[in-house]
Amino acid sequence: MLLSIRSLTKTFPGTRALDAVDFDLRAGEVHALLGENGAGKSTLIKCLTGAYRRDGGTVTLDGAPIDPQSTVEAQDLGIGTVYQEVNLLPNLTVAQNLMFGREPRRWGLVRTRAMRAQARAMLAEYGLNIDVDRDLGTYSVAIQQIIAIARAVALSGKVLILDEPTASLDAAEVRMVFDVVRGLRERGLGIVFVSHFLDQVFDLTDRVTVLRNGRKIVTEDTANLDRVRLIEHMLGRELEDATSHQAMARGPRPPMLEFRGLGRRGTIEPFDLAVGQGEVVGLAGLLGSGRTESAELLFGLRNAHSGEARDQGGPLDLRSPRAAIAAGFGFVPEERKTDGIVADLSVRENIILGLQARRGWARPIPREEQNRLADDYIKRLDIRTAGREKRIGELSGGNQQKVVLARWLAMNPRFLILDEPTRGIDVGAHAEIVRLIHELVEGGMSLLVVSSEIDELIAVSDRVIVLRDRRHVAELTGEDIAPNRIMQAIAAPDSQREKAA
Amino acid sequence: MNTRALPLYVTVGIFLLAYAVFWLQFPNILSTRVVGNLLTDNAYLGIVAVGMTLVILSGGIDLSVGSVIAFSGVFIAVMLRDTGLHPLAVFALLLALTTAFGAGMGFLIDRLAMPAFIVTLAGMFLARGAAYILSIDSVPIQHPFYGALQGAYWLMPGKGRLTLIGVVMVLTFALGMIVAHKTRFGASVYALGGGEAAARLMGVRQGRTTVLVYAFSGAMAGLAGIVFSIYTGSGYSLATVGTELTAIAAVVIGGTLLTGGAGYMVGTLVGVLTMGLIQTYIVFDGSLSSWWTKIVIGVLLLAFILLQKGLLKLSQMRLAQNASEGAP
Repeated sequence: MLLSIRSLTKTFPGTRALDAVDFDLRAGEVHALLGENGAGKSTLIKCLTGAYRRDGGTVTLDGAPIDPQSTVEAQDLGIGTVYQEVNLLPNLTVAQNLMFGREPRRWGLVRTRAMRAQARAMLAEYGLNIDVDRDLGTYSVAIQQIIAIARAVALSGKVLILDEPTASLDAAEVRMVFDVVRGLRERGLGIVFVSHFLDQVFDLTDRVTVLRNGRKIVTEDTANLDRVRLIEHMLGRELEDATSHQAMARGPRPPMLEFRGLGRRGTIEPFDLAVGQGEVVGLAGLLGSGRTESAELLFGLRNAHSGEARDQGGPLDLRSPRAAIAAGFGFVPEERKTDGIVADLSVRENIILGLQARRGWARPIPREEQNRLADDYIKRLDIRTAGREKRIGELSGGNQQKVVLARWLAMNPRFLILDEPTRGIDVGAHAEIVRLIHELVEGGMSLLVVSSEIDELIAVSDRVIVLRDRRHVAELTGEDIAPNRIMQAIAAPDSQREKAA
Repeated sequence: MNTRALPLYVTVGIFLLAYAVFWLQFPNILSTRVVGNLLTDNAYLGIVAVGMTLVILSGGIDLSVGSVIAFSGVFIAVMLRDTGLHPLAVFALLLALTTAFGAGMGFLIDRLAMPAFIVTLAGMFLARGAAYILSIDSVPIQHPFYGALQGAYWLMPGKGRLTLIGVVMVLTFALGMIVAHKTRFGASVYALGGGEAAARLMGVRQGRTTVLVYAFSGAMAGLAGIVFSIYTGSGYSLATVGTELTAIAAVVIGGTLLTGGAGYMVGTLVGVLTMGLIQTYIVFDGSLSSWWTKIVIGVLLLAFILLQKGLLKLSQMRLAQNASEGAP
């Protein structure tokens, strides 16, 4: 065994990020490390690369126990890492990047010609014949990734960790990088491969380890693994105990919004979406499948490269969040702490923030009106706070989320987008938010709910759209909104990609 | 073609074009006298700009250098007046002092994770204040060795004088080019300017590099102070106010990216000479106010900032195009 991890534990205040995780890496294998947000993948990698110190457990490399304190030390021990981005310096030449810190020198001066020759030789091993004197930044991301891999292998040479190296590559580029990775496998390196793209995992890897909530769930040979089972492991539920779908009996809704061909290159393939009045549309899919990106496109947070939006009255302008808000849209973001609340403002100030922004700062909302609004929503949404003037940063996650919701409700949008509305919220508050969603819909508001929790989607959605690899691949309604159907849609092999390959 | 070198070509092009235009009007401008004076008059600015180039390449800024030059002049003048030390000993003492001063600023910038702007702004007031403490008045330097330094020149063909301080500037630029382009330290400087996170991942010792960069700038400011004292023959605490900004302008006109990570040392030399050339033209013309120098420099600066923004956009667009075509 090349690398062997036994009962690795890492605790952060409030959470146990890794709980007695075992992991084995053989020489000459590509081993996928999979898991959803918060599963512990990146913590595990950071413990290996010396970015974090572990709290317990052992790590042995080639039979010798190791405890790297820094990425440089991990590198010297033989563990190299290539990240999704920020690996190398785009403003230095390819040769400088490859040889950085190991430049051939004479009398303290870098021998440029020798450096160039060595860099060329290094890249030749990967079948790459490019001008090493050009700035790295002038090459495509795929080439940059291969150069990063070449550097990591040259510096470490035993274990290579690839942390979502293909996240921003197209199909042809992915093949290019995979050829390089396969070559390294044949040379006997142990490769850890982290990716959200299941097709790539099945295409490239020999074994798969799934983490969930800081625990190791399973390690299996990729060949013996079935997609649906893999997704069950990742999302953590058994297909048998189906949740009842409550919203079924409500029938078709009058049309309200229509999006046609909305897409953005490299982010999300063009998709059509119609939202009826009082309808809840759920977006399901694995992390990185394009759920959040779709939502951001609808709210103008990212600009679409193609497509149009319209309602019954005509075309809508969604070029910025401000325009989207003017069109009656609202957006409750996934990252509540950084994008949702203003931690140092009070509950009242957080609630009136959006309303005030729309009125313009020249027309302040009278203080009594503010107090009335704040008290009203604190009561209606049952926000647990010592008072409306309490700093929102001191509230629990669930109550913060309710304040963010209140901010939008105060603006009375017709279409509200909720991105992971129950992330990091305790069970009780979770149920309340689901109940709230039902109430809003009764009032005629339309909702788009993005969630990685299938139960939650089933509980609230009239319609579920499934995303995979940045595409909308399936739409489920009525009886089809059931856990096994959703999982199957997520797991279905991507026929189009296979055709292209 | 490497887009990185484009600003440098533009700088050289502007310099040659300006020279050609002036030559049409004043054929004398091509004489070695003008060239010699150009080097002599801008020697202190060029030297301090060498240090500034390295600082800006690393992604920082050094606002203290103008004050350090003034302090150096006063320090030398007062030491020569009040002690029996030989000027060379005073030079060594001064260089040690300004280098340590720069290193100290670098240390604070790194350790406190403070913006270089604020730390070196404090350094600017400190150095200026220290100069006032030494002497409020202009202190003349009357040492025979200084006379020898001021009188040292090589008569070029065409009776132009290549003075000692002009040669010192050219040598300083040579040193700067070696440090920036041929050493691991230089590569680390570019790396820091390109992105601190990636630089750390690649094994750059950030603290050490930052301290060394500002120490180098401090040493260059000290050397510029020595040269300035030879040039003026005195030390005055009110001298070279705003020189740090002129140096930054020269660096940017020389094609170095103000946000760091891209640029060439030789570009700064051309930048300094371009600014000197404009000054010379205004002197030749005789009827123009010297404030026109500032206006032309302002326009040039603006043009270069726009050029760099444009280039950045262009290279991003080209990259996006490559990516969408699937071509490497």
